[in-house]
Amino acid sequence: MAFNKDSVSGTIKVALIVCVVCSIFISSAAVILKPFQVENKILDRNMNILIAAGMYDPALNSQAEISSLFAAFTPRVVDLNSGSFMTDEQLSELGIDVQSYDDRAVLSDPDYSDALPEEDDIADLKRRVRYATVYLVEAADGSLQNIVLPVSGYGLWGTMYGYLALEGDGNTVTGIGFYDHKETPGLGGEITNPRWKALWPGKQIFDANSEVALRVVKGNGSGVYEIDGLAGASLTTRGVGNLIQFWMGPNGFGPFLANVKQG
Amino acid sequence: MSSAINAVLTRPIIAENPITMQILGICSSLAVTTSLNVAVVMCVALTVVTGFSNFFISLVRNYMPSSIRIIIQMAIISALVIAVDQLLQAFAYEISKQLSVFVGLIITNCIVMGRAEAFAMKNPPVISFMDGIGNGLGYSIILLLLATIRELFGSGSLFGMEILPLVANGGWYEPNGLMLIAPSAFFIIGFLIWIVRTKRTEQMEKSEFRMAAHTVQEAAH
Repeated sequence: MAFNKDSVSGTIKVALIVCVVCSIFISSAAVILKPFQVENKILDRNMNILIAAGMYDPALNSQAEISSLFAAFTPRVVDLNSGSFMTDEQLSELGIDVQSYDDRAVLSDPDYSDALPEEDDIADLKRRVRYATVYLVEAADGSLQNIVLPVSGYGLWGTMYGYLALEGDGNTVTGIGFYDHKETPGLGGEITNPRWKALWPGKQIFDANSEVALRVVKGNGSGVYEIDGLAGASLTTRGVGNLIQFWMGPNGFGPFLANVKQG
Repeated sequence: MSSAINAVLTRPIIAENPITMQILGICSSLAVTTSLNVAVVMCVALTVVTGFSNFFISLVRNYMPSSIRIIIQMAIISALVIAVDQLLQAFAYEISKQLSVFVGLIITNCIVMGRAEAFAMKNPPVISFMDGIGNGLGYSIILLLLATIRELFGSGSLFGMEILPLVANGGWYEPNGLMLIAPSAFFIIGFLIWIVRTKRTEQMEKSEFRMAAHTVQEAAH
């Protein structure tokens, strides 16, 4: 009997064949390309850490050069509640591998993150991880030179993700960089503008009473506790201010930075 | 044969341009034309997908049960688009981050579906492939034009390189913020359609009705 494509069995057969062929095609593409994609994600993250720490050189942007620059950083996992570094035993107990642990990927996993009560949720994050990866740079004499902290907060259109780099005193800003955001290009999107980011280095996070004092203000900021807001991007600017308030505060890296300051 | 291939390759560039003549694919042409880099990648992605989807759909056109033919077309198109998206994530990560959902949305781009249904279902594979490439090129020309105008006047740069020094960076050019938001692309496409149809009057559509004359008596009431 000749094949009749319009009969019921013919239709089902063709549909099945198309499904199988397409799924084999997509799965093999995904499997073959996976290593490249993972590598890209890590490279992109490392580059943003370098940018935040002010160690990025646009002339050196090949994979090998970024990796060699990034070798200066030691990733450590911090328990945000206690503010102390996790020991190797604690990490292996939780199944966390420092190199591949992804703070953003575990955000929906109740074993690794908690829902934030509304009154604490300044940066509009809904959930916060319990363990965060920070990146440390040591000076030649072994003292702590830079601390790079992952930060995130809601802007106008979506959550902005970035890194805030501090000096070894846990107070002075070295730089900030956002690697993922959905703000309006030309307005809120100016958070990635080097001229705006250049306002950050040298600012202080905490005042004499160890309260978070750094603010993003409308117009021109003055002094070490104020950053100029972006013109035409009030809500994005407020989001950045909230993000600093949250992550430097008691529910963010506050306890950790207090430990750093005590040495 | 070669003249037929020539025709399907070149006709969609101006005479049957998918955007200005067929008014298809407007969504992505608004979304991905704020910078040339992104637009170029989008153009390549769409041209490749349209070409190959036409090719594969045309290959199996005689075996497609007519009751599920649209679904089969969608399955083939989506498989190709996902593959392109994966390739971009592997080899052009920066650009794929900027394109975000729009690569995925090629699946629903009317140009791809339109060519599959209108051309590939009735023609052999090679010429269908060429038709897909031709339509991709027609789409690309408009996209690149839009992106050039929008990036130059919206950000003062081309391919990310500064052409008009911005006030914000100490130059003289105050960027036109309108160019960076979607409505500007609508205006520019409108102007393009106007220019093309002024030159090529055969593209003008007949008025569907003529408005009745406004009489003085009526106005008096």
